[in-house]
Amino acid sequence: MIEIENVTKIFRTKAGTVEALKDVSLKIEKGETYGVIGYSGAGKSTLVRCINFLETPDIGAVTIDGTRIEIDNEKLFLVKDGEKTRLSEKSLNKLRSSIGMIFQHFNLLDRSNVFDNIAYPLKYTGKSKKEIHDRVFELLELVGLESKVNAYPCELSGGQKQRVAIARALANNPKILLSDEATSALDPDATESILNLLKDLNKKLGVTIVVITHEMGVIKSICDRVAVMEKGKVVEEGRVYDIFSNPKQPITRKFVNSTSSLSKVDELVKKDSPLVKSQAGESRLYRLVFDKSVNNPVISEVSRKFNVDFNIILANVEAIGDQTIGAMIVKLSGEDKAIDAALTYLSATKVRVEAV
Amino acid sequence: MENFIKTVAPNIWAYRTRFIQSLLDTWSLFLIPGIISFILGIFFGVVLTITKKGGIKQNTVIFRIIDTIINIFRAIPFVILLIFLIPFTRLIVGTAIGVRGAVIPLIFGTVPFFSRQVETALANVSPGKIEAARAMGSGIFGLIFRVYLHEAVPELARVTTITAISLVGLTTMAGAVGAGGIGSFAINYGQGQGHPDIVNVCVVVLLVAVCIIQAIGSFVAKKTTNRTFIHKIYKKDNI
Repeated sequence: MIEIENVTKIFRTKAGTVEALKDVSLKIEKGETYGVIGYSGAGKSTLVRCINFLETPDIGAVTIDGTRIEIDNEKLFLVKDGEKTRLSEKSLNKLRSSIGMIFQHFNLLDRSNVFDNIAYPLKYTGKSKKEIHDRVFELLELVGLESKVNAYPCELSGGQKQRVAIARALANNPKILLSDEATSALDPDATESILNLLKDLNKKLGVTIVVITHEMGVIKSICDRVAVMEKGKVVEEGRVYDIFSNPKQPITRKFVNSTSSLSKVDELVKKDSPLVKSQAGESRLYRLVFDKSVNNPVISEVSRKFNVDFNIILANVEAIGDQTIGAMIVKLSGEDKAIDAALTYLSATKVRVEAV
Repeated sequence: MENFIKTVAPNIWAYRTRFIQSLLDTWSLFLIPGIISFILGIFFGVVLTITKKGGIKQNTVIFRIIDTIINIFRAIPFVILLIFLIPFTRLIVGTAIGVRGAVIPLIFGTVPFFSRQVETALANVSPGKIEAARAMGSGIFGLIFRVYLHEAVPELARVTTITAISLVGLTTMAGAVGAGGIGSFAINYGQGQGHPDIVNVCVVVLLVAVCIIQAIGSFVAKKTTNRTFIHKIYKKDNI
Protein backbone atom coordinates (compact mmCIF):
# COMPACT_ATOMS: atom_id res chain seq x y z
CA MET A 1 0.00 0.00 0.00
CA ILE A 2 2.76 2.39 0.97
CA GLU A 3 6.33 1.85 -0.04
CA ILE A 4 9.04 4.25 1.00
CA GLU A 5 12.38 3.69 -0.69
CA ASN A 6 15.67 5.29 0.24
CA VAL A 7 14.11 8.55 1.36
CA THR A 8 16.47 11.23 2.63
CA LYS A 9 15.39 14.59 3.96
CA ILE A 10 17.75 17.32 5.05
CA PHE A 11 16.62 20.53 6.72
CA ARG A 12 18.93 23.44 6.02
CA THR A 13 18.89 26.29 8.47
CA LYS A 14 21.28 29.10 9.22
CA ALA A 15 22.49 27.16 12.23
CA GLY A 16 23.44 24.23 10.02
CA THR A 17 21.90 21.21 8.38
CA VAL A 18 19.84 18.55 10.09
CA GLU A 19 19.47 15.16 8.49
CA ALA A 20 15.90 14.37 9.49
CA LEU A 21 15.71 11.17 7.44
CA LYS A 22 18.70 9.13 6.37
CA ASP A 23 18.03 6.70 3.58
CA VAL A 24 14.83 5.31 5.08
CA SER A 25 12.98 2.42 3.47
CA LEU A 26 9.70 0.95 4.67
CA LYS A 27 6.88 -1.13 3.32
CA ILE A 28 3.40 -0.91 4.76
CA GLU A 29 0.87 -3.51 3.71
CA LYS A 30 -2.73 -2.86 2.76
CA GLY A 31 -5.12 -2.90 5.70
CA GLU A 32 -2.53 -3.08 8.43
CA THR A 33 -1.99 -0.70 11.29
CA TYR A 34 1.63 0.33 11.24
CA GLY A 35 3.33 2.11 14.09
CA VAL A 36 6.32 4.42 13.97
CA ILE A 37 7.83 5.07 17.36
CA GLY A 38 10.71 7.28 18.41
CA TYR A 39 11.65 10.16 20.64
CA SER A 40 10.96 13.70 19.49
CA GLY A 41 13.42 14.66 16.81
CA ALA A 42 13.87 11.09 15.65
CA GLY A 43 12.31 11.96 12.29
CA LYS A 44 9.03 10.09 12.62
CA SER A 45 6.85 13.14 11.91
CA THR A 46 8.97 13.99 8.89
CA LEU A 47 8.71 10.42 7.65
CA VAL A 48 4.93 10.36 7.80
CA ARG A 49 4.77 13.78 6.13
CA CYS A 50 6.73 12.33 3.24
CA ILE A 51 3.81 9.97 2.61
CA ASN A 52 1.43 12.82 1.73
CA PHE A 53 4.23 15.18 0.73
CA LEU A 54 3.56 17.83 3.33
CA GLU A 55 7.34 17.56 3.43
CA THR A 56 9.16 16.99 0.18
CA PRO A 57 12.05 14.58 0.57
CA ASP A 58 15.37 15.53 -0.99
CA ILE A 59 15.65 12.24 -2.73
CA GLY A 60 13.94 8.86 -2.77
CA ALA A 61 10.74 7.26 -4.00
CA VAL A 62 7.31 6.84 -2.47
CA THR A 63 4.68 4.50 -3.89
CA ILE A 64 1.12 4.95 -2.70
CA ASP A 65 -1.49 2.43 -3.78
CA GLY A 66 0.29 1.78 -7.04
CA THR A 67 1.13 5.40 -7.81
CA ARG A 68 4.89 5.71 -7.86
CA ILE A 69 6.45 9.07 -7.19
CA GLU A 70 10.16 9.60 -7.43
CA ILE A 71 11.77 12.55 -5.77
CA ASP A 72 14.88 14.10 -7.11
CA ASN A 73 16.32 17.23 -5.56
CA GLU A 74 13.00 18.07 -3.86
CA LYS A 75 11.12 17.82 -7.14
CA LEU A 76 8.30 15.32 -7.52
CA PHE A 77 8.03 13.09 -10.56
CA LEU A 78 5.17 10.76 -11.37
CA VAL A 79 6.38 7.47 -12.80
CA LYS A 80 3.89 5.72 -15.04
CA ASP A 81 4.68 2.95 -17.51
CA GLY A 82 8.36 3.75 -17.20
CA GLU A 83 7.79 7.41 -18.09
CA LYS A 84 8.76 10.13 -15.69
CA THR A 85 6.70 13.32 -15.69
CA ARG A 86 6.72 16.26 -13.31
CA LEU A 87 3.86 16.00 -10.78
CA SER A 88 1.63 19.06 -11.08
CA GLU A 89 0.41 21.06 -8.09
CA LYS A 90 -3.12 19.97 -8.93
CA SER A 91 -2.36 16.25 -9.02
CA LEU A 92 -0.40 16.63 -5.81
CA ASN A 93 -3.42 18.21 -4.09
CA LYS A 94 -5.60 15.42 -5.44
CA LEU A 95 -3.19 12.81 -4.14
CA ARG A 96 -3.16 14.51 -0.74
CA SER A 97 -6.95 14.57 -0.56
CA SER A 98 -6.93 10.79 -1.01
CA ILE A 99 -4.90 10.34 2.18
CA GLY A 100 -6.51 11.21 5.52
CA MET A 101 -4.48 12.72 8.32
CA ILE A 102 -5.14 13.50 11.98
CA PHE A 103 -2.99 15.53 14.34
CA GLN A 104 -2.02 15.91 17.97
CA HIS A 105 -3.79 19.25 18.29
CA PHE A 106 -6.75 18.28 16.09
CA ASN A 107 -6.36 21.39 13.87
CA LEU A 108 -10.07 21.96 13.43
CA LEU A 109 -11.35 25.29 12.19
CA ASP A 110 -12.45 27.07 15.38
CA ARG A 111 -14.92 29.27 13.54
CA SER A 112 -16.71 26.37 11.85
CA ASN A 113 -19.10 24.05 13.59
CA VAL A 114 -18.73 20.29 13.51
CA PHE A 115 -20.74 19.94 10.31
CA ASP A 116 -18.71 22.50 8.39
CA ASN A 117 -15.43 21.09 9.68
CA ILE A 118 -16.29 17.65 8.39
CA ALA A 119 -17.69 19.10 5.17
CA TYR A 120 -14.43 21.01 4.50
CA PRO A 121 -12.77 18.37 2.30
CA LEU A 122 -16.09 17.61 0.56
CA LYS A 123 -16.82 21.15 -0.60
CA TYR A 124 -15.56 22.39 -3.95
CA THR A 125 -15.17 18.85 -5.23
CA GLY A 126 -18.27 18.88 -7.41
CA LYS A 127 -20.53 17.23 -4.85
CA SER A 128 -24.10 18.44 -4.43
CA LYS A 129 -25.32 19.94 -1.17
CA LYS A 130 -27.38 16.85 -0.49
CA GLU A 131 -24.46 14.49 -1.10
CA ILE A 132 -22.31 16.50 1.29
CA HIS A 133 -25.08 16.63 3.88
CA ASP A 134 -25.67 12.88 3.75
CA ARG A 135 -21.98 12.04 3.81
CA VAL A 136 -21.36 14.30 6.84
CA PHE A 137 -24.13 12.61 8.82
CA GLU A 138 -22.85 9.19 7.75
CA LEU A 139 -19.41 10.15 9.12
CA LEU A 140 -20.90 11.57 12.32
CA GLU A 141 -22.61 8.26 12.90
CA LEU A 142 -19.37 6.43 12.25
CA VAL A 143 -17.53 8.39 14.96
CA GLY A 144 -20.55 8.58 17.28
CA LEU A 145 -21.01 12.35 17.38
CA GLU A 146 -24.39 12.95 15.73
CA SER A 147 -25.66 14.98 18.66
CA LYS A 148 -22.81 17.49 18.30
CA VAL A 149 -23.39 18.39 14.64
CA ASN A 150 -24.02 22.06 15.40
CA ALA A 151 -21.43 22.45 18.15
CA TYR A 152 -18.26 24.51 17.73
CA PRO A 153 -14.85 23.00 18.56
CA CYS A 154 -14.55 25.19 21.69
CA GLU A 155 -17.61 23.38 23.07
CA LEU A 156 -16.08 19.91 22.63
CA SER A 157 -13.73 17.84 24.76
CA GLY A 158 -10.35 16.73 23.40
CA GLY A 159 -11.61 13.28 22.56
CA GLN A 160 -14.65 14.68 20.76
CA LYS A 161 -12.45 17.07 18.78
CA GLN A 162 -10.29 14.17 17.68
CA ARG A 163 -13.44 12.29 16.60
CA VAL A 164 -14.43 15.25 14.44
CA ALA A 165 -10.91 15.31 13.02
CA ILE A 166 -11.13 11.59 12.24
CA ALA A 167 -14.51 12.06 10.51
CA ARG A 168 -13.02 14.92 8.49
CA ALA A 169 -9.98 12.83 7.55
CA LEU A 170 -12.22 9.99 6.35
CA ALA A 171 -14.62 12.20 4.38
CA ASN A 172 -13.22 11.33 0.96
CA ASN A 173 -12.97 7.58 1.66
CA PRO A 174 -9.19 7.50 1.87
CA LYS A 175 -7.41 4.16 1.76
CA ILE A 176 -4.74 5.51 4.08
CA LEU A 177 -5.08 7.34 7.40
CA LEU A 178 -2.01 9.00 8.90
CA SER A 179 -2.13 9.65 12.61
CA ASP A 180 0.46 12.08 13.96
CA GLU A 181 0.55 11.73 17.76
CA ALA A 182 -3.25 11.74 17.69
CA THR A 183 -3.65 10.68 21.31
CA SER A 184 -0.71 12.54 22.85
CA ALA A 185 -2.82 15.48 23.99
CA LEU A 186 -5.65 13.35 25.38
CA ASP A 187 -6.37 11.97 28.85
CA PRO A 188 -6.16 8.18 29.33
CA ASP A 189 -9.91 7.62 28.86
CA ALA A 190 -10.10 9.63 25.67
CA THR A 191 -6.89 7.98 24.44
CA GLU A 192 -8.43 4.57 24.89
CA SER A 193 -11.66 5.49 23.15
CA ILE A 194 -9.81 7.06 20.20
CA LEU A 195 -7.55 4.01 19.88
CA ASN A 196 -10.60 1.74 19.94
CA LEU A 197 -12.23 3.88 17.27
CA LEU A 198 -9.13 3.64 15.07
CA LYS A 199 -9.07 -0.13 15.56
CA ASP A 200 -12.76 -0.33 14.60
CA LEU A 201 -12.29 1.82 11.52
CA ASN A 202 -9.35 -0.30 10.45
CA LYS A 203 -11.54 -3.41 10.66
CA LYS A 204 -14.76 -1.91 9.33
CA LEU A 205 -13.37 0.15 6.45
CA GLY A 206 -10.14 -1.72 5.82
CA VAL A 207 -8.27 1.56 5.91
CA THR A 208 -4.49 1.31 6.27
CA ILE A 209 -3.41 3.28 9.32
CA VAL A 210 0.03 4.72 9.99
CA VAL A 211 0.42 5.71 13.62
CA ILE A 212 3.20 7.95 14.88
CA THR A 213 3.70 7.99 18.61
CA HIS A 214 6.22 8.14 21.38
CA GLU A 215 4.09 5.93 23.60
CA MET A 216 4.68 2.19 23.44
CA GLY A 217 1.20 1.66 24.91
CA VAL A 218 -0.36 2.98 21.69
CA ILE A 219 1.73 0.63 19.57
CA LYS A 220 0.85 -2.27 21.84
CA SER A 221 -2.88 -1.71 21.69
CA ILE A 222 -3.49 -1.11 17.98
CA CYS A 223 -0.48 -1.81 15.77
CA ASP A 224 0.33 -4.92 13.79
CA ARG A 225 3.85 -3.91 12.94
CA VAL A 226 6.17 -1.23 14.21
CA ALA A 227 9.27 0.66 13.13
CA VAL A 228 11.54 2.12 15.78
CA MET A 229 13.26 5.31 14.70
CA GLU A 230 16.33 6.97 16.09
CA LYS A 231 18.26 9.92 14.63
CA GLY A 232 16.57 9.76 11.24
CA LYS A 233 16.95 6.02 10.78
CA VAL A 234 14.74 3.00 11.26
CA VAL A 235 16.80 0.98 13.71
CA GLU A 236 14.40 -1.90 14.24
CA GLU A 237 11.28 -3.08 12.49
CA GLY A 238 8.94 -6.00 12.76
CA ARG A 239 5.75 -7.45 14.17
CA VAL A 240 4.77 -5.75 17.42
CA TYR A 241 4.71 -9.07 19.28
CA ASP A 242 8.22 -9.95 18.18
CA ILE A 243 9.54 -6.54 19.08
CA PHE A 244 7.96 -6.82 22.51
CA SER A 245 9.17 -10.33 23.20
CA ASN A 246 12.61 -9.82 21.84
CA PRO A 247 13.73 -6.20 21.49
CA LYS A 248 17.21 -6.00 20.00
CA GLN A 249 18.26 -2.36 20.01
CA PRO A 250 18.84 -0.51 23.29
CA ILE A 251 16.29 2.15 22.32
CA THR A 252 13.70 -0.51 21.56
CA ARG A 253 14.33 -2.10 24.93
CA LYS A 254 13.83 1.28 26.53
CA PHE A 255 10.47 1.72 24.80
CA VAL A 256 9.36 -1.80 25.71
CA ASN A 257 10.35 -1.24 29.32
CA SER A 258 8.40 2.00 29.41
CA THR A 259 5.11 0.07 29.34
CA SER A 260 6.10 -2.75 31.62
CA SER A 261 7.00 -2.68 35.29
CA LEU A 262 9.73 -5.22 34.79
CA SER A 263 12.39 -2.58 34.35
CA LYS A 264 11.78 -1.62 37.97
CA VAL A 265 13.90 -4.52 39.10
CA ASP A 266 16.98 -2.78 37.75
CA GLU A 267 16.16 0.20 39.96
CA LEU A 268 15.68 -2.08 42.95
CA VAL A 269 19.04 -3.72 42.32
CA LYS A 270 20.67 -0.33 41.97
CA LYS A 271 19.15 0.89 45.22
CA ASP A 272 20.28 -2.27 47.01
CA SER A 273 16.75 -2.98 48.09
CA PRO A 274 16.32 -5.88 50.55
CA LEU A 275 13.69 -7.22 48.13
CA VAL A 276 16.32 -8.26 45.64
CA LYS A 277 19.20 -8.97 47.94
CA SER A 278 20.36 -12.54 47.69
CA GLN A 279 21.85 -13.90 50.83
CA ALA A 280 25.04 -15.78 50.18
CA GLY A 281 24.50 -19.17 48.63
CA GLU A 282 20.86 -19.14 49.54
CA SER A 283 19.01 -17.67 46.62
CA ARG A 284 19.53 -16.22 43.15
CA LEU A 285 17.64 -13.69 41.08
CA TYR A 286 16.40 -14.42 37.55
CA ARG A 287 14.25 -12.84 34.93
CA LEU A 288 11.95 -15.35 33.24
CA VAL A 289 10.23 -14.42 30.00
CA PHE A 290 7.23 -16.41 28.80
CA ASP A 291 6.10 -15.86 25.26
CA LYS A 292 3.24 -17.27 23.20
CA SER A 293 4.89 -20.70 22.97
CA VAL A 294 4.65 -21.33 26.70
CA ASN A 295 1.31 -22.72 27.81
CA ASN A 296 2.11 -25.07 30.68
CA PRO A 297 2.12 -24.19 34.36
CA VAL A 298 5.90 -24.44 34.34
CA ILE A 299 6.64 -22.69 37.62
CA SER A 300 4.77 -25.11 39.86
CA GLU A 301 5.92 -28.02 37.75
CA VAL A 302 9.59 -27.08 38.15
CA SER A 303 9.13 -26.31 41.79
CA ARG A 304 7.80 -29.77 42.46
CA LYS A 305 10.20 -31.60 40.23
CA PHE A 306 13.45 -30.04 41.40
CA ASN A 307 12.53 -29.06 44.92
CA VAL A 308 13.31 -25.38 44.53
CA ASP A 309 11.27 -22.44 45.76
CA PHE A 310 10.18 -19.56 43.58
CA ASN A 311 9.74 -16.28 45.28
CA ILE A 312 8.03 -14.03 42.71
CA ILE A 313 9.16 -10.45 43.21
CA LEU A 314 7.61 -8.85 40.16
CA ALA A 315 5.42 -10.23 37.43
CA ASN A 316 3.80 -8.71 34.39
CA VAL A 317 1.68 -10.04 31.58
CA GLU A 318 1.21 -7.97 28.43
CA ALA A 319 -1.59 -8.48 25.99
CA ILE A 320 -0.45 -7.62 22.49
CA GLY A 321 -3.27 -7.96 20.07
CA ASP A 322 -4.73 -11.36 20.97
CA GLN A 323 -1.47 -12.82 22.22
CA THR A 324 0.19 -12.51 25.59
CA ILE A 325 3.72 -12.17 26.76
CA GLY A 326 4.70 -12.46 30.40
CA ALA A 327 7.80 -11.95 32.39
CA MET A 328 8.66 -12.26 36.02
CA ILE A 329 11.51 -11.62 38.35
CA VAL A 330 11.99 -14.57 40.67
CA LYS A 331 14.23 -15.39 43.57
CA LEU A 332 15.20 -19.03 43.47
CA SER A 333 16.11 -20.80 46.66
CA GLY A 334 17.28 -24.35 47.10
CA GLU A 335 20.40 -26.35 46.48
CA ASP A 336 22.71 -24.95 43.84
CA LYS A 337 22.56 -28.14 41.81
CA ALA A 338 18.78 -28.22 41.91
CA ILE A 339 18.58 -24.59 40.81
CA ASP A 340 20.87 -25.22 37.86
CA ALA A 341 18.82 -28.22 36.84
CA ALA A 342 15.62 -26.23 37.18
CA LEU A 343 16.97 -23.46 34.97
CA THR A 344 18.05 -25.90 32.31
CA TYR A 345 14.61 -27.44 32.37
CA LEU A 346 12.95 -24.02 32.10
CA SER A 347 15.09 -23.12 29.09
CA ALA A 348 14.08 -26.41 27.49
CA THR A 349 10.39 -25.45 27.83
CA LYS A 350 11.09 -22.25 25.87
CA VAL A 351 11.04 -19.99 28.88
CA ARG A 352 13.79 -17.43 28.43
CA VAL A 353 16.02 -17.26 31.50
CA GLU A 354 18.27 -14.30 32.24
CA ALA A 355 20.31 -13.82 35.39
CA VAL A 356 19.75 -10.43 36.96
CA MET B 1 -33.40 72.01 20.41
CA GLU B 2 -32.68 75.08 18.32
CA ASN B 3 -32.52 77.22 21.46
CA PHE B 4 -30.33 74.69 23.20
CA ILE B 5 -27.78 74.73 20.37
CA LYS B 6 -27.97 78.55 20.22
CA THR B 7 -27.08 78.83 23.91
CA VAL B 8 -24.45 76.08 24.14
CA ALA B 9 -22.74 76.62 20.79
CA PRO B 10 -23.98 79.81 19.11
CA ASN B 11 -21.33 79.76 16.40
CA ILE B 12 -22.17 76.21 15.33
CA TRP B 13 -25.72 77.44 14.75
CA ALA B 14 -24.45 80.39 12.77
CA TYR B 15 -22.31 78.16 10.55
CA ARG B 16 -24.70 75.20 10.56
CA THR B 17 -24.73 74.61 6.80
CA ARG B 18 -20.92 74.63 6.64
CA PHE B 19 -20.85 72.37 9.72
CA ILE B 20 -23.16 69.83 8.12
CA GLN B 21 -21.22 70.03 4.85
CA SER B 22 -17.99 69.38 6.77
CA LEU B 23 -19.57 66.33 8.42
CA LEU B 24 -20.59 64.96 5.02
CA ASP B 25 -17.10 65.66 3.66
CA THR B 26 -15.52 63.79 6.57
CA TRP B 27 -17.90 60.91 5.94
CA SER B 28 -16.70 60.73 2.31
CA LEU B 29 -13.07 61.14 3.37
CA PHE B 30 -13.58 58.22 5.72
CA LEU B 31 -15.67 55.92 3.56
CA ILE B 32 -13.99 56.08 0.12
CA PRO B 33 -10.35 55.71 1.24
CA GLY B 34 -11.57 53.35 3.96
CA ILE B 35 -13.13 50.85 1.56
CA ILE B 36 -10.24 51.04 -0.90
CA SER B 37 -7.67 50.70 1.90
CA PHE B 38 -9.54 47.76 3.37
CA ILE B 39 -9.36 45.84 0.11
CA LEU B 40 -5.73 46.79 -0.60
CA GLY B 41 -4.68 46.15 3.00
CA ILE B 42 -6.19 42.66 3.02
CA PHE B 43 -4.54 42.01 -0.33
CA PHE B 44 -1.06 43.10 0.75
CA GLY B 45 -1.44 41.48 4.16
CA VAL B 46 -2.26 38.18 2.48
CA VAL B 47 0.61 38.53 0.02
CA LEU B 48 3.03 39.25 2.88
CA THR B 49 1.73 36.24 4.80
CA ILE B 50 2.02 33.73 2.00
CA THR B 51 5.33 34.98 0.58
CA LYS B 52 7.19 35.25 3.86
CA LYS B 53 9.71 32.63 4.91
CA GLY B 54 7.88 29.40 5.62
CA GLY B 55 4.72 30.76 3.98
CA ILE B 56 2.58 28.68 1.68
CA LYS B 57 4.03 30.38 -1.42
CA GLN B 58 7.39 31.57 -0.18
CA ASN B 59 8.86 34.27 -2.41
CA THR B 60 11.60 36.32 -0.86
CA VAL B 61 11.74 38.90 -3.66
CA ILE B 62 8.06 39.85 -3.55
CA PHE B 63 8.09 39.81 0.24
CA ARG B 64 11.14 42.10 0.47
CA ILE B 65 9.72 44.61 -2.03
CA ILE B 66 6.34 44.95 -0.31
CA ASP B 67 7.93 44.87 3.13
CA THR B 68 10.31 47.70 2.24
CA ILE B 69 7.62 49.88 0.62
CA ILE B 70 5.42 49.46 3.68
CA ASN B 71 8.27 50.41 5.98
CA ILE B 72 9.08 53.52 3.94
CA PHE B 73 5.51 54.82 3.87
CA ARG B 74 4.97 54.03 7.53
CA ALA B 75 8.08 56.04 8.37
CA ILE B 76 6.85 59.24 6.69
CA PRO B 77 4.66 61.41 8.95
CA PHE B 78 1.23 61.85 7.37
CA VAL B 79 1.40 65.66 7.08
CA ILE B 80 4.64 65.36 5.11
CA LEU B 81 3.15 62.53 3.02
CA LEU B 82 0.24 64.81 2.09
CA ILE B 83 2.57 67.40 0.60
CA PHE B 84 4.94 64.85 -0.88
CA LEU B 85 2.13 63.15 -2.79
CA ILE B 86 0.63 66.36 -4.28
CA PRO B 87 2.17 65.90 -7.77
CA PHE B 88 1.17 62.26 -7.87
CA THR B 89 -2.37 63.05 -6.67
CA ARG B 90 -2.73 65.72 -9.38
CA LEU B 91 -1.62 63.19 -11.96
CA ILE B 92 -4.13 60.57 -10.86
CA VAL B 93 -7.28 62.51 -9.93
CA GLY B 94 -6.54 65.88 -11.51
CA THR B 95 -6.56 67.93 -8.31
CA ALA B 96 -4.79 67.99 -4.98
CA ILE B 97 -7.49 69.74 -2.99
CA GLY B 98 -10.94 68.84 -1.76
CA VAL B 99 -12.25 65.39 -0.99
CA ARG B 100 -11.00 64.07 -4.36
CA GLY B 101 -7.51 65.33 -3.71
CA ALA B 102 -7.37 63.77 -0.26
CA VAL B 103 -8.37 60.23 -1.24
CA ILE B 104 -4.94 59.25 -2.61
CA PRO B 105 -2.85 60.44 0.38
CA LEU B 106 -5.36 58.91 2.79
CA ILE B 107 -4.98 55.55 1.02
CA PHE B 108 -1.20 55.88 1.13
CA GLY B 109 -1.40 56.74 4.80
CA THR B 110 -3.69 53.85 5.69
CA VAL B 111 -2.76 50.87 3.53
CA PRO B 112 0.77 50.28 4.87
CA PHE B 113 -0.47 50.43 8.46
CA PHE B 114 -3.43 48.18 7.75
CA SER B 115 -1.39 45.68 5.70
CA ARG B 116 0.91 45.19 8.68
CA GLN B 117 -2.07 44.71 10.96
CA VAL B 118 -3.60 42.15 8.59
CA GLU B 119 -0.26 40.35 8.43
CA THR B 120 -0.19 40.13 12.23
CA ALA B 121 -3.81 38.96 12.35
CA LEU B 122 -3.11 36.19 9.84
CA ALA B 123 0.07 35.19 11.65
CA ASN B 124 -2.15 34.26 14.59
CA VAL B 125 -3.87 31.55 12.56
CA SER B 126 -2.21 28.38 13.85
CA PRO B 127 0.14 26.70 11.35
CA GLY B 128 -1.53 23.41 12.28
CA LYS B 129 -4.78 24.50 10.62
CA ILE B 130 -2.87 25.36 7.45
CA GLU B 131 -1.10 22.02 7.55
CA ALA B 132 -4.39 20.15 8.03
CA ALA B 133 -5.95 21.98 5.08
CA ARG B 134 -2.91 21.21 2.91
CA ALA B 135 -3.21 17.57 3.92
CA MET B 136 -6.83 17.66 2.73
CA GLY B 137 -5.68 18.88 -0.65
CA SER B 138 -6.50 22.57 -0.42
CA GLY B 139 -4.69 24.73 -2.95
CA ILE B 140 -3.42 28.24 -2.36
CA PHE B 141 -6.81 29.94 -2.76
CA GLY B 142 -8.47 27.41 -0.51
CA LEU B 143 -5.84 28.07 2.12
CA ILE B 144 -6.25 31.85 1.85
CA PHE B 145 -10.03 32.09 1.80
CA ARG B 146 -11.14 28.98 3.67
CA VAL B 147 -8.49 28.96 6.37
CA TYR B 148 -6.49 32.18 6.78
CA LEU B 149 -9.21 34.78 6.17
CA HIS B 150 -11.96 32.58 7.61
CA GLU B 151 -10.21 31.86 10.90
CA ALA B 152 -8.83 35.40 11.31
CA VAL B 153 -12.20 37.20 11.10
CA PRO B 154 -12.38 38.31 14.77
CA GLU B 155 -8.76 39.44 14.68
CA LEU B 156 -9.38 41.24 11.37
CA ALA B 157 -12.40 42.98 12.93
CA ARG B 158 -10.16 44.23 15.72
CA VAL B 159 -7.41 45.53 13.46
CA THR B 160 -9.96 47.09 11.11
CA THR B 161 -11.36 48.99 14.10
CA ILE B 162 -7.92 50.28 15.05
CA THR B 163 -7.20 51.31 11.48
CA ALA B 164 -10.61 52.96 11.04
CA ILE B 165 -10.07 55.05 14.15
CA SER B 166 -6.64 56.12 12.98
CA LEU B 167 -8.18 56.93 9.58
CA VAL B 168 -10.62 59.33 11.30
CA GLY B 169 -7.57 61.10 12.69
CA LEU B 170 -5.93 61.24 9.28
CA THR B 171 -9.04 62.75 7.62
CA THR B 172 -8.88 65.71 10.00
CA MET B 173 -5.21 66.19 9.16
CA ALA B 174 -5.99 66.07 5.47
CA GLY B 175 -8.57 68.74 6.19
CA ALA B 176 -5.79 71.00 7.40
CA VAL B 177 -4.27 71.08 3.93
CA GLY B 178 -7.43 71.77 2.00
CA ALA B 179 -9.44 68.57 1.91
CA GLY B 180 -12.39 70.03 3.80
CA GLY B 181 -14.20 68.05 6.44
CA ILE B 182 -14.50 68.50 10.13
CA GLY B 183 -10.76 69.03 10.63
CA SER B 184 -10.60 72.09 8.42
CA PHE B 185 -13.90 73.35 9.87
CA ALA B 186 -12.44 73.20 13.37
CA ILE B 187 -9.27 74.93 12.27
CA ASN B 188 -10.75 77.63 10.02
CA TYR B 189 -13.98 78.46 11.81
CA GLY B 190 -13.11 77.38 15.35
CA GLN B 191 -9.50 78.18 16.01
CA GLY B 192 -9.05 80.71 13.15
CA GLN B 193 -12.03 82.88 14.04
CA GLY B 194 -11.78 82.45 17.78
CA HIS B 195 -14.93 80.36 18.32
CA PRO B 196 -14.00 77.83 21.02
CA ASP B 197 -17.51 76.35 20.96
CA ILE B 198 -16.92 75.15 17.39
CA VAL B 199 -13.72 73.36 18.44
CA ASN B 200 -15.52 71.81 21.39
CA VAL B 201 -18.41 70.54 19.28
CA CYS B 202 -15.97 69.08 16.74
CA VAL B 203 -14.18 67.24 19.54
CA VAL B 204 -17.47 65.82 20.81
CA VAL B 205 -18.56 64.77 17.31
CA LEU B 206 -15.24 62.97 16.67
CA LEU B 207 -15.42 61.36 20.09
CA VAL B 208 -18.87 59.98 19.35
CA ALA B 209 -17.73 58.75 15.92
CA VAL B 210 -14.74 56.92 17.42
CA CYS B 211 -16.92 55.37 20.12
CA ILE B 212 -19.39 54.08 17.52
CA ILE B 213 -16.58 52.57 15.41
CA GLN B 214 -15.09 50.91 18.48
CA ALA B 215 -18.45 49.55 19.58
CA ILE B 216 -19.20 48.05 16.16
CA GLY B 217 -15.70 46.56 15.95
CA SER B 218 -15.85 45.00 19.40
CA PHE B 219 -19.32 43.62 18.71
CA VAL B 220 -18.27 41.96 15.47
CA ALA B 221 -15.07 40.60 17.04
CA LYS B 222 -17.01 39.13 19.93
CA LYS B 223 -19.70 37.62 17.72
CA THR B 224 -17.15 35.95 15.45
CA THR B 225 -14.76 34.49 18.03
CA ASN B 226 -14.90 30.69 17.89
CA ARG B 227 -18.11 30.80 15.84
CA THR B 228 -19.67 32.23 12.70
CA PHE B 229 -21.54 35.52 12.81
CA ILE B 230 -24.77 33.89 11.73
CA HIS B 231 -25.31 30.40 13.10
CA LYS B 232 -26.13 27.67 10.65
CA ILE B 233 -28.17 24.82 12.07
CA TYR B 234 -27.93 21.44 10.40
CA LYS B 235 -30.45 18.66 10.90
CA LYS B 236 -30.13 15.08 9.87
CA ASP B 237 -33.30 14.77 7.85
CA ASN B 238 -33.40 17.98 5.89
CA ILE B 239 -30.97 20.29 4.25
